[in-house]
Amino acid sequence: MVYFILKRIVQSVFVMAAVAFLAFSLFRFVGDPVTQMTGVETSVEDQERLRDELGLNDPFVYQFVRFTHEMVLGDFGFSYRTRQPVANMIADRIPATLELGVVALIISLMVGVPAGVYTALNSRGVMTQTILMTTLVGVSIPTFVIGIMLIFIFGVQLGWLPTFGRGGTVHIGNWQSSLFTIDGWRALLLPAITLGVYQLTLTMRLVRAEMMEVMRSDYIRFGMARGVPMRSLYYKHALKNTLVPVITIVGLQFGGVIAFSIVTESVFQWPGLGLLFLESIRFVDIPVMGVYLVVIAFFFVLVNLVVDLLYVAIDPRLRIRDVHDGLPEKI
Amino acid sequence: MMAFLKKYEGLWLFVHSPAAIIAAAVAMVIIFGAVFASGIALVDPYDLASFSLFDGLLPPVWQEGANPKYLLGTDDQGRDMISSILYGARVSLIIGLSALAIAAFLGVGLGLAAGYYGGRFDIIVMRIADVQLALPAILTALLIDGIARGLLPQSIQQDLRVAVLTLAIAMSLWVNFARTARASTFVEMNKEYVHAAIMMGQRPSRVMFVHILPNVLGPLLVIMTVDLASAILLEATLSFLGIGLPADSPSLGTLIRIGMQFLLSGEWWILWIPTIVLVALVVSINILGDFLRDIFNPRLR
Repeated sequence: MVYFILKRIVQSVFVMAAVAFLAFSLFRFVGDPVTQMTGVETSVEDQERLRDELGLNDPFVYQFVRFTHEMVLGDFGFSYRTRQPVANMIADRIPATLELGVVALIISLMVGVPAGVYTALNSRGVMTQTILMTTLVGVSIPTFVIGIMLIFIFGVQLGWLPTFGRGGTVHIGNWQSSLFTIDGWRALLLPAITLGVYQLTLTMRLVRAEMMEVMRSDYIRFGMARGVPMRSLYYKHALKNTLVPVITIVGLQFGGVIAFSIVTESVFQWPGLGLLFLESIRFVDIPVMGVYLVVIAFFFVLVNLVVDLLYVAIDPRLRIRDVHDGLPEKI
Repeated sequence: MMAFLKKYEGLWLFVHSPAAIIAAAVAMVIIFGAVFASGIALVDPYDLASFSLFDGLLPPVWQEGANPKYLLGTDDQGRDMISSILYGARVSLIIGLSALAIAAFLGVGLGLAAGYYGGRFDIIVMRIADVQLALPAILTALLIDGIARGLLPQSIQQDLRVAVLTLAIAMSLWVNFARTARASTFVEMNKEYVHAAIMMGQRPSRVMFVHILPNVLGPLLVIMTVDLASAILLEATLSFLGIGLPADSPSLGTLIRIGMQFLLSGEWWILWIPTIVLVALVVSINILGDFLRDIFNPRLR
């Protein structure tokens, strides 16, 4: 077990190092940092002095090590566009994106899992066919079109919900949250649904497939033969085993949700990380682009690590297999 | 003989699948319109002299106040919507298809080579593919676009927009091709005709492209359709985000972005007509892709 955890942590560190290297190369080779920081009237000598002060003349490896070191300490440098520390800019935007992503994920689970179970148990019903068709169409419609449609229906025609921004927010320490006001929830609903639709379909299809697979297995048939009530078989025995792969997928999806929020945030003008990233691309604000990458990768790696550990905790078979993990293969 | 039978059977299945027929018809109409845009379109949306502001914001013919000359109405500049959409679809399809061609060329080439040579080369290609796969396509495309903006001098950026966009989309789609080509090549490598070809002393490139490639084409064709839909969607999304094409050479995504400004006013057609065309195009390509997959994978039938 300890060996497994260690192995995963080492892998995660390697991934982060690779991403940091990418961010560093972006910063170092795409555009010249000195020209970005200075104006037209700065003399060549001053530019050279700045270059020296910033350590841009140092050996490449040394620069990369220093870059990584500063990043670990939370010093992300300055934005070319706003001249503010990137760390502050990112920290301001993280709560908006995280809340959006988590709520989207919860919506997709709360609808996707029951829908998946229902469509698996009544696989020939009219309702099932309708749900499956709807989700098929839903997947083919691009995210931004779904967002526009929701804005049009609920924002413009019915006038029920706001169409942009975060609504009323509350400060809890440094965390600006929209989860504690009705206004905030109203603003959150449409973007969260937009972001969650794709995950919802995915969760539903996965639960459906797994559930149908489990229902065919021997222990369920044995339970039927023993006269265990069907209700108990469905929801106690079968569902429990169905949910194991669902956890993995949900974990893997979370990184995707955060990344896809770029589009949703743009449609709803949601002031999160995605919008910041778009602005930084438009203005070629390389430091912000690099840090965005590192932050997203960090979430990715962290969630995956947690999911892997959870997986071992939930499925005892993995623990047994894991014992042999460090030992040579038995021949 | 087998190939012929398969083709014949595919045709038979096609005739009996109403969804596939409708999808093919919709896709054909849009593609036809895009190809012959300059012949069909009433006005040239790029030529400011061919339309006038006096015709601005006219609704489609079935609504009051319409000019029957403009079947689907006009935008705020007085451009005929049909003309804009035809030219927009043309831009979308050109970018989508060229991105697909680059992705297929790169992906299939690398995939075949990885499957053929195996070993270290295979490991390197597949590791890169894994990393790429972990990043969502939209993020990769945005990133490449951002890097291009930083690297290219300001003066040539406008002229290279289409090329950069195409490349960004291609680079986020090649992985599917590489993985599929590699997996199929591994299977083919164990077959006698490949052994025979190698033993005859044929060059590796000839074995890969003349002997193996035709036999792994089926699954690649499926990926091609599905990825064409993805490429068109990616382009539309990027243009919608304002990262893609500038407003003077609009694709379908740009048209939707422009139409967003009219979301709150009554001019619904400026937003919804390009949106419907985009969704119809993507959905029908996806349905055709599904259909092809069923043909090439008899187990699913």
